[in-house]
Amino acid sequence: MTTINQYSGQAVNHHILSVLVQNRPGVLARVSSLFARRGYNIFSLAVAPAEDPGMSRITIVVDLESAPLEQITKQLFKLIDVIKISELDPRRSVERELLIATVKAPPEQRSEVQSVVDIFEGKIIAVAEEVLTVSLEGHPDKLDDFEELLDGYGIVELQRTGRVALPKLDRGARLRSIANSATTSGKAG
Amino acid sequence: MCFFGLVPGCSNTFRNHFSPTLSTRTSTRKPAKARPMADQADHVQSQTPDRITGAQALIRALEMEGVETMFGYPGGCILPAYDPLLDSSIRHVLVRHEQGAGHMAEGYAHVSGKPGVAMVTSGPAATNLVTPLMDAYMDSVPMVAITGQVATNAIGSDAFQECDTVGITRSCTKHNELVMTSQDLPMAVRQAFHIATTGRPGPTLIDVPKDVLVNEMDWYWPTDEEVLASLPGYRPNVKGHPRMIKEAAKLILSSERPVIYAGGGILKARAAEALARLVELTGIHVVTTLMARGVFPDDHELNLGMPGMHGNATAVTAMQKSDLLVALGSRFDDRITGKVDAFAEEAKIIHVDIDPAEQGKVRRPDVPIVGDARQVIEEIIIEIEKLLETGTVQADTSAWKSKVSGWQEQFPMMYEPSEPGQALKPQFCIEQLRDLAPERTILTSGVGQHQMYASQYWKFNEPYTWVNSGGLGTMGFSIPAAIGAKAAFPDATVWAIDGDGCFQMTAQELVTATLEKLPIKVALLNNRYLGMVRQWQEMFYDERYSSVFLDSAEVPDFVMMAESMGCVGIRVESPEEVGPAIEKANSINDRPVVVEFRTEASEGVFPMVPAGASNDDLILHPSQQDRKDQLK
Repeated sequence: MTTINQYSGQAVNHHILSVLVQNRPGVLARVSSLFARRGYNIFSLAVAPAEDPGMSRITIVVDLESAPLEQITKQLFKLIDVIKISELDPRRSVERELLIATVKAPPEQRSEVQSVVDIFEGKIIAVAEEVLTVSLEGHPDKLDDFEELLDGYGIVELQRTGRVALPKLDRGARLRSIANSATTSGKAG
Repeated sequence: MCFFGLVPGCSNTFRNHFSPTLSTRTSTRKPAKARPMADQADHVQSQTPDRITGAQALIRALEMEGVETMFGYPGGCILPAYDPLLDSSIRHVLVRHEQGAGHMAEGYAHVSGKPGVAMVTSGPAATNLVTPLMDAYMDSVPMVAITGQVATNAIGSDAFQECDTVGITRSCTKHNELVMTSQDLPMAVRQAFHIATTGRPGPTLIDVPKDVLVNEMDWYWPTDEEVLASLPGYRPNVKGHPRMIKEAAKLILSSERPVIYAGGGILKARAAEALARLVELTGIHVVTTLMARGVFPDDHELNLGMPGMHGNATAVTAMQKSDLLVALGSRFDDRITGKVDAFAEEAKIIHVDIDPAEQGKVRRPDVPIVGDARQVIEEIIIEIEKLLETGTVQADTSAWKSKVSGWQEQFPMMYEPSEPGQALKPQFCIEQLRDLAPERTILTSGVGQHQMYASQYWKFNEPYTWVNSGGLGTMGFSIPAAIGAKAAFPDATVWAIDGDGCFQMTAQELVTATLEKLPIKVALLNNRYLGMVRQWQEMFYDERYSSVFLDSAEVPDFVMMAESMGCVGIRVESPEEVGPAIEKANSINDRPVVVEFRTEASEGVFPMVPAGASNDDLILHPSQQDRKDQLK
């Protein structure tokens, strides 16, 4: 599997699936094990309750040719707990991710680290003698840049949340329901 | 009017349960017995809540779902559910191994169309059920499994006989649920039956902790509307897209070399009659897959028989050379297509399947139609009739037909009869069984050479008379499946075709057959080998026979083994004994019969498309191989 091209903004095989599921125990396991069973890799996955507390929204970033993607979404749609699957066009959606990192920041380079955080409009959320813990929320590509710069100072620990996404509002309806076209309407198990 | 206000509108319970809105299933099924209904009616009248245990609720719910027979094996965690069974209208068949319970449920479902029900305890019982669940999943068999689970407060503690049943069965069920409170049981049962029997049928599983069975709940019966509302993500699409149906009709009429590729989905959709009308209307040849044998009569001149790895030369080649494949309820399994890239290269594809995920999974269809096979076929017929009325003329298929009949003449199914004194030919045994079988005999089979001989040499003229494990290829399937079929149709003659390898996997269920008075008949083709594996080693591994010789000439003594389990055991070694032995077996109806046929070890199944090869590279019977050029 190739990784997503993080800097071109034209990631070729980068697909964002927004999957609305019933908020019940075991649903995430069903979804993720389906990917595993069919031999497909999940690049990033984020899940939390959606607008209706009975539902959860899972944002899955996968890196696939479109033919296998079609098969995986059809299989996904067969899961009883899956209500709706939409594919978000990366160019027409809002993507966000949160990064938290502890970075080496001895006194002699502390101000440098601080200025990097400032440039990215990040936050310093904890301070110790030799390290800083910083956070940054934003587009995943921006987080990639930030991470690369921090790496130069030495990242001690890093956690990213995986991306969440919704369609942009300014260009009409963006949720393209991919499991609901003429040939795949309805669902069966 | 509702008990404790739990279920709005539950006074409509009975009316809704048998209304046709929820599924086709509800319209064809009857309540098992009046007892639970009467109980319920009384309580509705008195308006007092019906406090019962979860176990009682579970059994009552099964009765309400119309379950008449179930297969199972008790144990610690499921024990509470076995108590109300004593007072139930449901017949419980006590098996000897949980795998047997699962396959019996499958056999029952295959022949009756009703969901098969298996109930077992937690831990090892649940894991023993995994094979039948996967088998049912692969072959789209409606089945509901109920497993016991350790008490809710012990879940996750590695308690005695605990396993993560829902986790283990996640990828081999259509849906599964761990029920955490007694109050949820009726809904869980309704959902399980609804999901198992609608859309593409399949197995569902309910995992029930012991305390959930013991605790009390207020009985209620969810309405269709409540069941549907509880499953917002499940809406099987049964009606095909009208534009696609029109296109399909046009394509069928305009094709010069069309073949209908009929799969097991036609049986699941009860569409055999619709298929017959489509064939009569269009005069198109039909191939019936291993799963679909019997869906269209073998006697019919337009039935080419079985395609695939061991299909007959004409069926394989007709598909391969066709210009249109009308795939109905079939999924382009690799055993049918051979090498996918070289499969029916000139054919356009109309693919009718209720499961959208089957569309384009293997071969991209030209006309994909998602819907119920019966409805879609009926709609295609209407469209074809319209086209014909408005002057469309069907393309001339006569050249194709004469070519096909030429292949049929040149390449009949054949084997060389045994010389006097030699071992029996398995094909001969199947032919004799076929010719002496009472009408509507149900045939089940294990997996291997005997399965292929059975599907090749039997004449299937009725749907729902052939039960086998197609997708998963489960050895040991035939005896329990036959018992399940016999439980569904006690008056039918049920023959299980088995091999000596398969027999030794599940033969203990013959004890079940004897004691439960389900007298099946077993035709055991004993060639002392794992025959199919032996054939592959012969053909592809330079005759290096690694671990395939079972040496079952004397050990076990199958006749003694059968008799020890309460069956009649008969051994047959020469051709002239075959007919009389079968007649004797057919005349015994008070206990199971095992007829052991000592067959030729070196016999192979032909024709054959080697795994991964193109269907063009069919290996014919050695006596036909030199004429292979004519299959062009």
